[in-house]
Amino acid sequence: MTTTIFVPRDSAALAVGANAVVKAIQAQASLQGADIKIVRNGSRGMLWMEPLVEVETSSGRVGYAQVSADQIPSLFAAGFLTGGKHVTSVGLVEELDYLKKQERLTFARCGLTDPVSISDYQSHFGYAGATRALEMTPESIVAEVTESGLRGRGGAAFPTGIKWKTVLGAVAEQKYIVCNADEGDSGTFADRMIMEGDPHLLIEGMLIAGLAVGATRGFIYVRSEYPHACTILQEAIREANLAGFLGSSIRGTDRSFDLEVRMAAGSYVCGEETALLESLEGRRGIVRAKPPLPAIEGLFGKPTVINNVLSLAAVPTILAQGAAFYKSYGMGRSRGTLPFQLAGNLQRGGLVEKAFGVTLRELLFDFGGGTASGKKMKAVQVGGPLGAYIPEALWDTPMDYESFTAIGGVLGHGGLVAFDETVDMSAMAKYAMEFCALESCGKCTPCRIGSTRGAEVIAKIQNGDASQMHEHLLRDLCDTMLNGSLCAMGSMTPIPVLSALNHYPNDFKPLPLKKPTPSLGETHESA
Amino acid sequence: MNKIFVINEAGTQAQAHTIVASLKHLQGALLPILHAIQEQFGYVPPETVRIIADELNLSRAEVHGVISYYHHFRDHPLGQHVIQVCMAESCQAMGADALKKHIEERVGCGLGQTNANGTVSLEPVYCLGLCAQSPAIQINGDLHAKLTPEKFDAQLADCLGELQ
Repeated sequence: MTTTIFVPRDSAALAVGANAVVKAIQAQASLQGADIKIVRNGSRGMLWMEPLVEVETSSGRVGYAQVSADQIPSLFAAGFLTGGKHVTSVGLVEELDYLKKQERLTFARCGLTDPVSISDYQSHFGYAGATRALEMTPESIVAEVTESGLRGRGGAAFPTGIKWKTVLGAVAEQKYIVCNADEGDSGTFADRMIMEGDPHLLIEGMLIAGLAVGATRGFIYVRSEYPHACTILQEAIREANLAGFLGSSIRGTDRSFDLEVRMAAGSYVCGEETALLESLEGRRGIVRAKPPLPAIEGLFGKPTVINNVLSLAAVPTILAQGAAFYKSYGMGRSRGTLPFQLAGNLQRGGLVEKAFGVTLRELLFDFGGGTASGKKMKAVQVGGPLGAYIPEALWDTPMDYESFTAIGGVLGHGGLVAFDETVDMSAMAKYAMEFCALESCGKCTPCRIGSTRGAEVIAKIQNGDASQMHEHLLRDLCDTMLNGSLCAMGSMTPIPVLSALNHYPNDFKPLPLKKPTPSLGETHESA
Repeated sequence: MNKIFVINEAGTQAQAHTIVASLKHLQGALLPILHAIQEQFGYVPPETVRIIADELNLSRAEVHGVISYYHHFRDHPLGQHVIQVCMAESCQAMGADALKKHIEERVGCGLGQTNANGTVSLEPVYCLGLCAQSPAIQINGDLHAKLTPEKFDAQLADCLGELQ
């Protein structure tokens, strides 16, 4: 009998030697004449366990964590093909608390299946949402998405249904669906995991969006730092075309939808929707002034739905199981689930999908297990480089859009980066300004110049140079950036800066012998 | 290992023509073309700018503007090996600064530079999406997570050994 072994092809597994593990398993199996089949699945999201090798047994999938290539002979000797015990054993994967305590809607399939296989996808309820959407009117698809309460998962949290309704109402001979997969925030990897672990989910979400607004072309704009995601998406798109879920006359209907992957080129600000559209059109990624909204005049001047990967990936569930089902998760005006990404200095980093309302503390400690260094946790940055640093006093805040706005933070894309007590918050504030200076598109003055001046002022505070006056200057500068910038890059950079200043004032007090921190901008001409 | 290109200007231009011709039908073709050219040559050779501009009916300034805007595109070749070191928040929380110093010392140049014998270029990168396994780097396109100075030294020795 053939034994099925799963070894993820997710970047997180590749980065810790998954390919070497596969080679070693194949070599050992052929040496012993064992009949095996290796499936390169997505990651389960328990990223500290990677490479997590799973073996299909009669009682379920048995896991072996942090497996290295040189352990393979001993795994075979321990009888791992029938689920035998080994030092790397973690037992039945589905029974692990980390997974069992989650509410996985978007990530329900991730790690279970062969990402590219359309038959695997369909046997796990894939394309059920699209099949239903094909029988619905555009208006009723939009109504279903609106009713679900889904809000943009890229960070802005704008109601997805309202955006779609605007595009549906716009009259044009060509409309577009654009997926923003320019996941540049440090501490986030959920988009990457979907694209690498369950790409058909994103394809299905984009197809449904196309059916809803009458768009026949779609683009997925993927960051150049994610080459594996590009490859897997392209393989999946090929499969979807062959199966009639993309292309012309979709599943025998008169509807058509073509999808293309486009690679970005390493500009953070291209995650801003109008800069992304400029980039897709082949220009410098400079932010456009709004209005006109992309929904009216978007890509190539045509009405365009532009949504984040996670927004589009939530749509198939909403269509397959109904708006009421999706809406039954969450709290207040934040409905459904958010895939949180636990990163930085944590023992058990990974992907945790929970309904809105879970607290930061639960995520950091119940799931994350506290710091990896074993030192006291000092700060958590929530929502990427433009998110606030949250001190311990606020870790019981429920994770929903409104509660985070109330404490001066943002949920953003759901990334959490934990820092232990060794972090110097004035250095992190300075880094936020330097990052903005590096990545600013340069169109508006507050962002372009304010970020450089901001880094300089923080350096002066660090060096104890008339710090009270400079703190006043910094706050004034942040106010200008916040209110005067064209897009979120400039207007949100003050969030990490001010949260560091307000919550960790001691880190901004000069120490007599403190060395100046090295500058991010210190790059030199190549030799 | 990174590609090394010993090719004359005419050869470069002929290849660039082929690449541009195969992609210019795309909507918003400039980025796909630049990616393909950089994939082919390791950088975007200045002598290809005019070809791209002519074929897409753009000015050379517009093409140059796009190349210089994006961190990913470069107008000069790099060393034989390219090491990208993630310097974003999550990696900083796990000691990226100390790791960066170690790497710079071992390689013999700073981030954004190529070492004197041209074997290695170091580049900063802002997030490889491996934030739960920080610190992370990329060597010639291969990802390495949970990196320690010892693991880096082993990887570097592998790279440099390959050159001899």
